[in-house]
Amino acid sequence: MRRSPLRPLAHIISARQEGKNPDFIEAKERSKRNQVLQLKTRVRAENRLLALGLIFIIGFSAVGGKMAMLASSSSDEVKQYNSGSKIINQRANIVDRNGNILATNMSTQALYAQPPLMINPQKAAKDLLEIFPDLNHERVTKNFTSGKRKFVWVKKSVSPEQQQKVHDLGEPGLLFGSREMRLYPNGKLAAHVLGGTRFGEEDVRAAEIIGVGGVEKYFDNMLRDPALEGEPLELSIDLTAQAATRQVLKNGMRFMNAKGASAILMDVNTGEIISLVSLPDFDPNNRPRVAIAGDPSDSPLFNRAAQGLYELGSTFKIFTAATSLEKGLANPQTIIDTTPFKWNRKTYKDYKNYGPTNSVEDIIMKSSNVGTIRMALAAGTTAQKKTLNDLGFFEAVPVELGEASRTKPQIPKNWSDTSTITISFGHGISATPLHLATAYSIVANGGFRVKPTIKKVNSNNLAKEKVISQKTSQQLISMLRRVVSEVDGTAKMAKVDGYQVAGKTGTAEKIKPTGGYYDKKVIATFASFFPASNPKYTLVVSLDEPEIEVLGESRRTAGFTAVPVAAEIITRVAPILNLRPIATDDAMAYTSISSQ
Amino acid sequence: MKIFIYMVCSLVVMTMAYWAYTENYTTQASIRRVEELNRLVSDEQEALSILNAEWAYLNRPERLSNLADLNFTKLKLVPLAAQHFNELDIIPMPPRRSLVVSSPMLVSSDRGKQFP
Repeated sequence: MRRSPLRPLAHIISARQEGKNPDFIEAKERSKRNQVLQLKTRVRAENRLLALGLIFIIGFSAVGGKMAMLASSSSDEVKQYNSGSKIINQRANIVDRNGNILATNMSTQALYAQPPLMINPQKAAKDLLEIFPDLNHERVTKNFTSGKRKFVWVKKSVSPEQQQKVHDLGEPGLLFGSREMRLYPNGKLAAHVLGGTRFGEEDVRAAEIIGVGGVEKYFDNMLRDPALEGEPLELSIDLTAQAATRQVLKNGMRFMNAKGASAILMDVNTGEIISLVSLPDFDPNNRPRVAIAGDPSDSPLFNRAAQGLYELGSTFKIFTAATSLEKGLANPQTIIDTTPFKWNRKTYKDYKNYGPTNSVEDIIMKSSNVGTIRMALAAGTTAQKKTLNDLGFFEAVPVELGEASRTKPQIPKNWSDTSTITISFGHGISATPLHLATAYSIVANGGFRVKPTIKKVNSNNLAKEKVISQKTSQQLISMLRRVVSEVDGTAKMAKVDGYQVAGKTGTAEKIKPTGGYYDKKVIATFASFFPASNPKYTLVVSLDEPEIEVLGESRRTAGFTAVPVAAEIITRVAPILNLRPIATDDAMAYTSISSQ
Repeated sequence: MKIFIYMVCSLVVMTMAYWAYTENYTTQASIRRVEELNRLVSDEQEALSILNAEWAYLNRPERLSNLADLNFTKLKLVPLAAQHFNELDIIPMPPRRSLVVSSPMLVSSDRGKQFP
């Protein structure tokens, strides 16, 4: 760099010659130099500022850009976490006690239409009708052509073949949405236990499945809970036993000309319901609509076993005997007057004359009304109420079926002595067959309270609350065994080799809706348990309006109708439940119990 | 010397950058693979659930009992009854024989394929 001198000799000399002060020249030069320096510094500072600004801009845009990216995209780590966890967004399966599938899901497609996208709505409606003959032609055509509808559901679930056919139509306005469908592979088998489902909130991509009956409704939240990872709901039902019970009951119902029937098989100790059948039944895959007209109890949806309130007749006599034995008023051999009994200008008589006196065990065996009435009056209303309350007849059965928990037994509001009399032999009180099964289980298991359940019980140490004493329970079992084993017993047709059936029949006239009783319409019930030497299962069979010709005579009583059906069920089901037949013959087995 | 340090530094930076990017892309590839596998797993699960449903449908007691009736002449299957229970003692057991291995033998689980 060339520096100009501060005191250029030529200028100084000429200035001296002119007599000027040469210092001025130096000052001038110095100021010129300073000006240049100032300019340079300024430019440098400006550049530095610019660079700094650029760095800041880059830095801030990098941070900003990263923030924008984070905001607009989901992070990979989150995605990883989600796919690794086991949350399953699917309704859980329902399985029986051995793990056989009772209800599961299947993916299917729902068909919907967007009429504005359609090329030829008229033709589309016509073609769809050929694929789905059950569609309403007028409604479909109207929906497609009216121009008002932008979106129409056509079919809730479509099979793959039907889907292909719809695709083949080539109509762009017909679209599919994926769906989960509830499938019951066994069809009608456990219809009333399972209940059924329907679609809830719907969207093009998915639809909610809501339980509408049975366990599907009761356990709806549990079945839908994603946190349970799709763990299946284990029921106490045994698929094979259920199938055998249903088959026998169905044949029995047809044979006995009954219009309905129900059967409950219950474990006497755990209260697990092994099988529950109510006929007529329905297919939960295609659940019928609730009937608006007519008697709701005639609908196939009606669960006779858990919802049907019936007067259960003479099956109640054993509870009267239980009251007497518990109060210590009688033992099985106590002799009781069985002559006709007058009360309030009404005479109570037996089905036929059983003689002037009978022992308590004979009263039960022959099913004597008057003997039972005298026992009940001797024990008193309070004791009767206490026994029935202990056995669960005053409350709805606490089983996990919505239908059952809403069905409270009908008991007299004003419990007069007349009520005590009629209730002693099972009239004037209405309960469900499930109540009866529970009460008989208590009698059979040694007197411990039973909580009926439809869920598999996995623990052995159930809370045991004593309701009836062991001794009374043993005496009642022996008395009920005689009903089957003795020649005069009302249920002698229930003899099943090896399984020591014990039980009590009950035939009750049906109540007219207008009041009073039907003459020839009865509910025939047989409440039983087996094997008597060590009861394992309770079986209650109930037939609605049975009638059968025996030796040219029309019979309706339970001994001729419900009892043979129950015997057949036990014959079929007991081996399925791995119950070893007891090797002694019927009479000997009885002796061994009664001598205990 | 200064230039040398600068060069070394930039080389190190470039190597690190290369390594970081490679790792990043491998991770992304793995994530995609996991996603793909998860999709396959869920497809398989769906297929499995359909097969299970079908198996349950084919094994429904009603169908099995009908099949047993249809093939009665061949299979002679009857419903289980009390008479079918018996003592274990009445079943003749095969005589117990001790297994004597006298010569060396080749054991293979690969469908009997010979080893080279």
